[in-house]
Amino acid sequence: MYKINVKEKLADKIFLMVVEAPRVARSCEPGQFVIVKMDEKGERIPLTICDYNRATGEVTIVFQIVGASTERMAELEAGDYFTDFVGPLGCASELVEESVESLKNKKILFVAGGVGTAPVYPQVKWLHEQGVDADVVVGAKTRDMLILQKEMEEVAGNLYVATDDGSCGFKGLVTEVVKNLVENEGKTYDVCIAIGPMIMMKFVTILTKELNIPTIVSLNPIMVDGTGMCGACRVTVGDEVKFACVDGPEFDGHLVNFDEAMKRQQMYKTEEGRAILKQREGDTHHGGCGHCGGDK
Amino acid sequence: MDVFKRVPISEQPADVRNKNFEEVCLGYTKEEAMEEASRCINCKNAQCVKGCPVSINIPGFIEQVKEGNMEEAFKVIGESSALPAVCGRVCPQESQCEGKCIRGIKGEAVAIGKLERFVADYARENKVAVAQPENKNGKKVAVIGSGPAGLTCAGDLAKMGYDVTIFEALHEAGGVLVYGIPEFRLPKETVVKSEIENVKALGVKIETNVIIGKSITIDELMEEEGFEAVFVGSGAGLPKFMGIPGENANGVFSANEFLTRNNLMKAFLDDHDTPITKGKKVAVIGGGNVAMDAARTALRLGAETHIVYRRSEEELPARVEEVHHAKEEGVIFDLLTNPTEILVNEDGWVKGMKCVKMELGEPDESGRRRPQIVEGSEYELELDTVIMALGTAPNPLISSTTKGLDINKWQCIVADETTGATTKPGVFAGGDAVTGAATVILAMGAGKAAAQGIDEYLKNK
Repeated sequence: MYKINVKEKLADKIFLMVVEAPRVARSCEPGQFVIVKMDEKGERIPLTICDYNRATGEVTIVFQIVGASTERMAELEAGDYFTDFVGPLGCASELVEESVESLKNKKILFVAGGVGTAPVYPQVKWLHEQGVDADVVVGAKTRDMLILQKEMEEVAGNLYVATDDGSCGFKGLVTEVVKNLVENEGKTYDVCIAIGPMIMMKFVTILTKELNIPTIVSLNPIMVDGTGMCGACRVTVGDEVKFACVDGPEFDGHLVNFDEAMKRQQMYKTEEGRAILKQREGDTHHGGCGHCGGDK
Repeated sequence: MDVFKRVPISEQPADVRNKNFEEVCLGYTKEEAMEEASRCINCKNAQCVKGCPVSINIPGFIEQVKEGNMEEAFKVIGESSALPAVCGRVCPQESQCEGKCIRGIKGEAVAIGKLERFVADYARENKVAVAQPENKNGKKVAVIGSGPAGLTCAGDLAKMGYDVTIFEALHEAGGVLVYGIPEFRLPKETVVKSEIENVKALGVKIETNVIIGKSITIDELMEEEGFEAVFVGSGAGLPKFMGIPGENANGVFSANEFLTRNNLMKAFLDDHDTPITKGKKVAVIGGGNVAMDAARTALRLGAETHIVYRRSEEELPARVEEVHHAKEEGVIFDLLTNPTEILVNEDGWVKGMKCVKMELGEPDESGRRRPQIVEGSEYELELDTVIMALGTAPNPLISSTTKGLDINKWQCIVADETTGATTKPGVFAGGDAVTGAATVILAMGAGKAAAQGIDEYLKNK
């Protein structure tokens, strides 16, 4: 059993939890993920690690309600337990493997969308601790949906915010912000790391290809075990079929077949969508059902 | 009674069981078991024992069954096997113990597997306790993986007095016994869980949710957590795909995924959250036991189900009993057929499969006749789900994170057959991680051999 020490609502339907998981906290690195299962009948849900504390043995996760399972998970409170919390899974971010000297000579851009801001944060924080300041573009639907803004401000070189409705920062898409930075503000970047909804990552990679900026994306496809056993998370990268759980979750964004990945992501969302609609019609329906055009 | 024939065993009728997940075989009654046991002629030089990978004293336990001493029979089996209720159900007895039975020459072999199953079920239902280890020696041994190899190795080491901890990557112990083999062949709650409880009753600890190679490495286990030896029984978990066009379409699954969703995550039960695509018309590609398990599962979920296999019935690698059950239940066999492409609709879902007819040519290196394409035989099958059951390979998570642990070109860990010793001192391995995908009982045999190997290594250290 894995105790939830902290639960915090970051935005509408987005929650942060700090969980006691000493084995994970001891060995995880930025970029890796965990699988959580709330009780006997729950699903195994993969979530990117958002922070960790080796001394206290705690791991932080952030999740958004997208279906029946995450809705149920959001009902857990501090003091409750997950029956299962396993990790770290996947490979660490490539940045962690690089020498600090080489990182200091690089201009790094992060593009975060929605709940994807959470896994971007530990990478930016880690770089800041190494004395490397990265630029960060954060996108969300509205001001209320922005998460970790204050925390991000403290560790980012420059923070640029974009919202769909203009209620905070630039009114428009993250891609417009990036394009403006490079084309009009004279910014140059050696590498871009984009984490967010699949559709956002797709359009960021199309833009950065035009701008000639190598781009890493972090995928969060459907998976069951997370150790290479089920093959549900297979994704086409260049000419090869990779398993996101063991080969990823980070890949060269310019090689990922996003159209296929987006179709695969919807596979169970139909049933998941139905389950949640049966449970509570209306505002919890976030897209992904294959019919409403949403993408989260 | 006709001594040349087995006492028949009752099964759920095919047209009832193909709609539920209850066990197919209902097992012997005590009277039936005693009657079947009386067919054993108690050979002095028992061939059946030689056919058993864990060398159970078969005439010994059957002798006790004959007399109605089921507790004694359970003790005799327990000397050699920690998982009799499992083995009685899933071992390929026809090619092992029963295949060597003298009775089988003129008639039907003694139903050794069904008797083993009866004894184990009797012991469980009547709460017969397992024998306790004599003296604990306090030496710590780590076992990686809680499948048949790991459970057997751990159980044997605990009996010798070692302090054993099993590390399991999934949230539940049992390995292939819980994620792979379906409920209707191997009930999880009653059979698998109680056999695992028996192993725990020997003092074995099981820590779930630990991925060796990720959560902690073998070197760390030995250097920081005080384990003096390690047994790797991590199985062969990586699924293979065909590499044909359309394979990433929605509705194409590895048998591992399909079975894991259904068996481990219990997707067939409405009150469990994990979804599964049931399909209206399903093709399972492959002809092994896993293919039969996947097909019979899809059938029970309500689909018209086809086995698509490129050779003929004679070459099907699955057990005869499994093929027979599958046919009885209504699985359709499309033999001498090979898929060449999966057809996909505009939303990315499977809509069919292009296949070619095959014919058998000359024998290949495996001794089986090589299938060749019949020219001009291409045709399309309309389908919504395709399940790939083409075999599995060992997971590189452990071998790639352990210094000095050699693997061969098939990713299998190199280990000595008699002791399980690997190229890294103190590390032993066995089961599918060493052999590639094989059977439960062979993995148990390897776990048993490695327990001996570890004991000798630690005594001489």
